[in-house]
Amino acid sequence: MPSAAPAAAPSAAERFSFRGAFAERAKKEIAKYPEGRGQSAVLALLDLAQRQNTRTNCVTDAAVETIASMLSMPRMRLEEIASFYTMIHRKPVGKYHLQCCQTTPCMLRGGDRIQRCIEETLGIRNTETTADGRFTLSQVECLGACANAPVVQINDDMFEDLTCEDMERLLAQMKKGEASKGMPKGMPKGMPKEVLKPGSQCGRRGAEPREA
Amino acid sequence: MVKVLVDDTEQECEEGMTVLQACEQAGVEIPHFCYHDRLSIAGNCRMCLVEVSPGPPKPQASCALPISEGMAITTDSPSLRAARKGVMEFLLINHPLDCPICDQGGECDLQDQALAYGFERGRFVENKRSVGEKFMGPLVKTVMTRCIHCTRCVRFANEVAGVDTIGMLGRGEDVEITTLEQTLDSELSGNVIDLCPVGALTAKPSAFRARSWEVDKTFGIDVMDAVGSNIRIDSKDGRVLRILPRLHEDVNEEWLSDKARFSCDGLTRQRLDQPYVRKEGKLQAVEWQEALALVAQKTRQARARCAALAGNHCDLESLYALKKLLQGQGSQMFDARQGGAQFDPSLRGGYLFNTTIARVAEVDALLIVGANPREDAPTLNARVRQAWLHGKLRRAYGVGVRCDLTYPCHWLDDKPQRLLKIAAGKDGVFETLSMAKRPMLMVGYDALERSDGKEIWRLCGAIAEKAKMVREDWNGFNLLHRSASAVGASELGFNRGLEGVQSLLVAMAKGCVDVTFVMEADDFDTEALDRCFTVYIGHHGERTAQVADVILPSAAYTEKSGTWINMEGRVQRGFAAVSPPGKAQASWRILRALSETLGAAPAWNDLQGLRENLTKEHPELGEQDRPLKAAWTSLGKAGALREEAIVARCDNYYMTDPVSRASETMSACTRTRRELRTAASRTSASQASRP
Amino acid sequence: MLKDKDRIFTNLYGQAGVDLASSKKRGIWDKTASLVKKGRATIVEEIKASGLRGRGGAGFPTGLKWSFMPEHSTLPSYLVVNADESEPGTCKDRDMIRFDPHRLLEGCLLSAAGMGAHHVYIYIRGEFVREAEVLQSAIEEAYAAGLLGKNAAKSGYDLDLYLHRGAGAYICGEETALLESLEGKKGQPRLKPPFPATCGLYGCPTTVNNVETIAVVPTILRRGAAWFSSFGRDKNHGTKVFCISGHVNKPCTVEESMSIPLKDLIEQHAGGVRGGWQNLLAVIPGGSSVPLIPRTLCETALMDYSSLQELNSGLGTGGVIVMDRSTDIVRAIARIAHFYKHESCGQCTPCREGTGWMWRVLERMAEGRAEVAEIELLLQVSKQVEGHTICALGDAAAWPIQGLIRHFRGEIVKRIEGRRLAEQPPIAAQ
Repeated sequence: MPSAAPAAAPSAAERFSFRGAFAERAKKEIAKYPEGRGQSAVLALLDLAQRQNTRTNCVTDAAVETIASMLSMPRMRLEEIASFYTMIHRKPVGKYHLQCCQTTPCMLRGGDRIQRCIEETLGIRNTETTADGRFTLSQVECLGACANAPVVQINDDMFEDLTCEDMERLLAQMKKGEASKGMPKGMPKGMPKEVLKPGSQCGRRGAEPREA
Repeated sequence: MVKVLVDDTEQECEEGMTVLQACEQAGVEIPHFCYHDRLSIAGNCRMCLVEVSPGPPKPQASCALPISEGMAITTDSPSLRAARKGVMEFLLINHPLDCPICDQGGECDLQDQALAYGFERGRFVENKRSVGEKFMGPLVKTVMTRCIHCTRCVRFANEVAGVDTIGMLGRGEDVEITTLEQTLDSELSGNVIDLCPVGALTAKPSAFRARSWEVDKTFGIDVMDAVGSNIRIDSKDGRVLRILPRLHEDVNEEWLSDKARFSCDGLTRQRLDQPYVRKEGKLQAVEWQEALALVAQKTRQARARCAALAGNHCDLESLYALKKLLQGQGSQMFDARQGGAQFDPSLRGGYLFNTTIARVAEVDALLIVGANPREDAPTLNARVRQAWLHGKLRRAYGVGVRCDLTYPCHWLDDKPQRLLKIAAGKDGVFETLSMAKRPMLMVGYDALERSDGKEIWRLCGAIAEKAKMVREDWNGFNLLHRSASAVGASELGFNRGLEGVQSLLVAMAKGCVDVTFVMEADDFDTEALDRCFTVYIGHHGERTAQVADVILPSAAYTEKSGTWINMEGRVQRGFAAVSPPGKAQASWRILRALSETLGAAPAWNDLQGLRENLTKEHPELGEQDRPLKAAWTSLGKAGALREEAIVARCDNYYMTDPVSRASETMSACTRTRRELRTAASRTSASQASRP
Repeated sequence: MLKDKDRIFTNLYGQAGVDLASSKKRGIWDKTASLVKKGRATIVEEIKASGLRGRGGAGFPTGLKWSFMPEHSTLPSYLVVNADESEPGTCKDRDMIRFDPHRLLEGCLLSAAGMGAHHVYIYIRGEFVREAEVLQSAIEEAYAAGLLGKNAAKSGYDLDLYLHRGAGAYICGEETALLESLEGKKGQPRLKPPFPATCGLYGCPTTVNNVETIAVVPTILRRGAAWFSSFGRDKNHGTKVFCISGHVNKPCTVEESMSIPLKDLIEQHAGGVRGGWQNLLAVIPGGSSVPLIPRTLCETALMDYSSLQELNSGLGTGGVIVMDRSTDIVRAIARIAHFYKHESCGQCTPCREGTGWMWRVLERMAEGRAEVAEIELLLQVSKQVEGHTICALGDAAAWPIQGLIRHFRGEIVKRIEGRRLAEQPPIAAQ
């Protein structure tokens, strides 16, 4: 059953801090920039905060608060940034974020059919999350893998040269794999390799001309 | 100087000017929305396109383009007109065109420019975008569908007001200006209403009350602080509808504080509209003759045992008339420093804001003593912030109550003893001040209204002297007044002695005063009045009115023509926008009638005559709109200081006088600010407890 | 056809390893120090002589761009590599990064030396998570091997290089928006002037170059400007990586000589148009922002700046989108219009308001729900956007639509009239 996104992000009263590997990574990111230019790390920190939040996979109010004080930035600037970049989520996202490319090069090669396949299999539409909170579908713009169209990005991995059968198989695998393995904790947040094989689904290594 | 051609006319321009400024100098008006000369350049509306040569082949945004030698600027051509028409059409396609119900109607940039560049019909047949209203607090009403995304409000908040709660979320056609349902936490928030070129941000308190073209516009001077902001009072049907800033580059630029702008609804509430006399313990309405006769009788009996206390809003003319009346009785007991500020009113250099407001922009080092410039004089504080933003102000120090000034300030201590160290010349703060090119010291009422105020005042003088803050071309010693009447009263000799009010109150309490005139003063300890016959000349039925024996209803600042001298000694005149309610009269008129009843009619019969007499006595005050000159004289050797911390004398910016206390708008502001502060302290508490 | 020995990108398909050892086998990092030691002026001259033009889309001469960097500056200078590849139809930088990262890194060192920059940031689009991982480990390898950092590759030149990930915004591929984003702000393009060479990242002199532009620099310096400029026609020199997507039998990325005929590119490398050349409807030759060209023009088109400009289109990024006769051409362009509407930053009026308007009109036209007169309106609106915006996104949104109307006005009219006929009530039979 389709449903609106799960309940709103937790209140600011709930505290946030970067933990373990995330804290180290955050420190490294800030160190990439000259003294006093830590603000440059804002996208990296928002991304890390989102990855650390394996419950709702989004940036919570508390995380915004913490990052704002870490980088000495006004909260409003962070909200502006979070709303500007499509990869930063302020509302909960499912464990599997299916990002289906629909721009012309993918559209020409049947991207719309792939999206329809996802919609029918999962019973959700663009921007919706399944009732169990596992799958979120987003129609996205060009993912930059046009010679391997059509393309769907699932979390961090690109799935290329897709057919509807491929997509159905992948969805079935995800449903199963989820039950047995769950998502890998920590980062980077990718697919369990034993569950899904990312990349070209027709056996190409990259964007070489396909063998006849 | 740079020579450019504006539409084939040669023009000499200063280096660094933009093309738009060069065109304006040449008298060619370039249409624009986002550009504002007091804000950073956004270049986003694309209305100000011009063609330049040499330069790129496509039209350029003139607001952002610097001029260069020999540049030929074309401001009007078929292709430019087409470009502007195009931009205009884009701005209008998603604009609701609800001008008939829009408060901006008649004073709307979009309307005006649509007249010149609009299409005769709409070509956009898609659904218009609609944007939900946003909450921005009790002052700013939003209709965000009208927004054209010029970001003036965002830039103003970030740059001038120094608050970062407003921003533009999203991207593309979905961008929205929002505060995320937060109140704009600034004393200058109302200015976004003036800045908004469309009806997206309008004044909430005066919403739907009038069309802009049916109001009467009167020039006035604001009295809510001592800056002397130039205002325009818009009235309709004899009521003040709203107050707007009037441009004065050297005073308030084009900004106005929220209290000055929005407390005007307090002018119609709790007003005294007829004379009262206390009979058998109860105030009873009477006719003017009866009230005046009674006062005259009491005054005659009291002779020199009369005293007078004046409030913060009093105009020069009324102060002069009151002083003359008392002097006629042989009394010298009068003062206008109702809060008890201590300084020598005979030393002009010691009570003026000597730096002058305009030159605050040059300050590079600042010491604040017992003041909160953000609340005491918001528009002045914005200038300090500009100095900081432009990299001029490098260090700001404070002694007194820690507060957020919208620029970094190093709060040294809350005890005045810290000043002794600085005065001794042995610490880093002294070093910074004495090394600075444009050092400035501001001493405020939180310090001066203490019982050792005069000692702090003298100590500040000593610091200024020792750190060489007073120079030939620069005077860095400043008294930051809260009261709009303080300088005027000092100039007139209405303020007397270093601790005028304290000695006055002591005299009253001791029973040495039989009759006290209280003119528009409600912010002092009225218990002192217990033993005197109290005559209240004022406009609001407030603290003093409750204990008064006679009430003579007077006109508020919007209801009389009067002269005020601002903190830098600038003589400015305002005009009556509306008539006082009921039987109320301007104070000077009341005082004249009283003098006549006393049988000591003054030499003047009208305002003109009064002013002639006044300027004969004080020739310098005859010259308007120029800060008074003050030679520096030592303020004297400071005595002992009390060990106590300086505390804030005013805990609520929004309600500081009878008018603002009577204002519903100001009480709404008070409520929201309290909520904001509570929420903020809760967040910071939760942050502090974080491991 | 470009000979294998003349290919710069010898691992474009990931045939070989991406690690440092494998990269070195491909000649990367070979005597790099001697190239750095040629000195700034020589490097710039060499690049100027090679005729290399920016490969990110605008085609600005690279050597000239570098020469804008101040010789003596009290501020640090920056080289920023634009790897925010997001132009629909373009997927070349991705393959260079994931299969040949060291080539890019070596290019960074040599290019930085050519403009006096000691700090490099590579801004990679956020969606390229895996590509960023590959690049990051290559950076770490290079640092460990002394190829980056102090005295990089023993050249005596210090170079610090960092990877910066974006977070989903096409507009950050615009150089000043990229700098804003790199500074930790919304990616809203800046007003120019000032240009980045005088006031770029953190207000310092900065040059922003595309991945491909930087990655070809080492080979140019090794094999010489004359070798590079021997490919392609005058003003259109060198080799270029093309991406061919859409209705071809074998979509691919491929390195070819500049000025290769479009038809050859499609037929020799991409397995030809689906259903044969005669089945071709139109081609968008340089990424979504250039106007399409119909089959008749494709016959003679050469893949270079000049030829495509003559055809009222452009080489852009070299992303070739092929559409056969089965394509709903109006919908295909409407989809591009949607892309620009979605990616407009919202800062300036014509783009913010115009992109949405154009998309909506096109969506209706694709279904025939429009008036014929609206075609002219659409064209006018596109002209109202074009050339009036802060950055080039406005132009990029306008051109594909102008191309559609230029070549397929008849198709739109047919669509509109077809719908009107279908909706007309049948004439009652007597």
